[in-house]
Amino acid sequence: MSLVVRETALAFRRAPLLSALSVTTIAFSLFVLGLFGLVTVNIRDTIGDVAERVEVVAYLRRGTPIETVTMAAQDIEAFPEVESATHVTQAEALARARRDLPEFQDIFQDLESNPLPASLEVRLKPQFRDARSAAAVADRLRGFAFVDDVRYGSEWVKKLDRLRNVAGAVGIVVGAAFAIVAIIIIGTTIRMAVLQRSREIAIMRLVGATDGFIRRPFLLEGLLKGLLGGVVALGLSYGAYALIDAYLIRAAFFTAAQAVTGIAAGGLIGLLGSLVSVGRHLRSV
Amino acid sequence: MIKFTDVSKEYPKSGFALKNVSFHVNKGEFAFLTGHSGAGKSTALRLTYLAEHPTSGEVRVSGFSTARVGAREVPRLRRRIGIVFQDFRLLEDRTAEENVAFALEVTGARRPTIGPRVMRVLTQVGLAGRANQYPRELSGGEQQRVALARALVNDPLVLLADEPTGNLDERATRGIIQLLRDINASGTAVLMATHDLDIVRGLDGAHLIELQHGELVYDSAEDAADREEPIA
Repeated sequence: MSLVVRETALAFRRAPLLSALSVTTIAFSLFVLGLFGLVTVNIRDTIGDVAERVEVVAYLRRGTPIETVTMAAQDIEAFPEVESATHVTQAEALARARRDLPEFQDIFQDLESNPLPASLEVRLKPQFRDARSAAAVADRLRGFAFVDDVRYGSEWVKKLDRLRNVAGAVGIVVGAAFAIVAIIIIGTTIRMAVLQRSREIAIMRLVGATDGFIRRPFLLEGLLKGLLGGVVALGLSYGAYALIDAYLIRAAFFTAAQAVTGIAAGGLIGLLGSLVSVGRHLRSV
Repeated sequence: MIKFTDVSKEYPKSGFALKNVSFHVNKGEFAFLTGHSGAGKSTALRLTYLAEHPTSGEVRVSGFSTARVGAREVPRLRRRIGIVFQDFRLLEDRTAEENVAFALEVTGARRPTIGPRVMRVLTQVGLAGRANQYPRELSGGEQQRVALARALVNDPLVLLADEPTGNLDERATRGIIQLLRDINASGTAVLMATHDLDIVRGLDGAHLIELQHGELVYDSAEDAADREEPIA
């Protein structure tokens, strides 16, 4: 077993309480960050669901030949913002209205001719589901001679844009604040571990240990504590998520990639915290 | 081996700890650094193992000079000198054997060589039978022997001792001094700071350097050189 690993194991064994305390501290700091991350993930999912409904509908003039519409649909699908353009015929529109609006069943029954126009339903690619892109696509659609009118619910799309911006800004600011607090708390915890062993560090130096040698077990210790804290935080976050999902609202949990990133971030914070704490200590003595 | 040339050390708050001190400790010598507490003995030792840099002047230790040495070279110097203190500075949670082995491990010594080398020095200081004891289970004299073993395990050219008997009773003191003499007899230079003049008197032929308020007031080597000068 390498000396670094042995010294690190020794550090855990000799100060089990302090080690457990620092892992717990790291875990709870990351847990708070994780909870915030869960909220962010869920808000983003919800906004994404809503944004999926952003759709530009072009109503067609009566009597437009179906070949014209099909060709135009192909052109429209070539727009950079567009995911798909679906032709909805008059008959399909009526069938959908009958299905979706049962309270008007009687009116639909008595119709002599179909009052609903045919349309082209244009869905946008995820990154273009905002007011400006929708307006741009709508303008271009109006350019087609057979298009009678274009609708895309500009008001609510604008509101959605605003919501998305606010959520993004809050996410960055609050997330950064939480992350900074977590880093400070974790750094302090590791500094305690360094101070607790300052005597040992002084002796190591007297007998000719290099700073690199002194630093290594602390870095490994910081990394391990960070990773361990990350795993515990992930467990706590999952517990919180399971409770919320079961008793409050349907929610989403982190994807595997996000979870791994979170644990890795814990390790990284532990490593950097140790690097800073030990570095400062070594410079000061 | 150790050469101080016009060395001064000034602290921002407390002023001069050493003022224009020059002396020379030769290879294989037993030298005492004496003087009252606060005379600058510890500062002189700290300058010798490069824990501090002189404000002016130069300290040379076995080829290393404070004028040129970089922070990265300090560990290399420390491996060539052994240091013991009044308060032993042992790691409380390691056995005597582990404390000594530690000094080898941090220098990256090859693992299979560590055990035999540790036992050799523990035997040399008379503690082979107590290798597995923790410092708190040992007497003061025994703890200082462990510290000496740790200082010796890297085969140093010079051993620095800062009041090594300051915390010991008379009997333990005699034992440590005898051990230092044995170490010196085997070729290691010893520079020992002490204010205990009984110890100094007990060692005939030792090199004596006396400091007072940071200034050199007596150096037996200079004295001898003066006496050898022919009188005109």
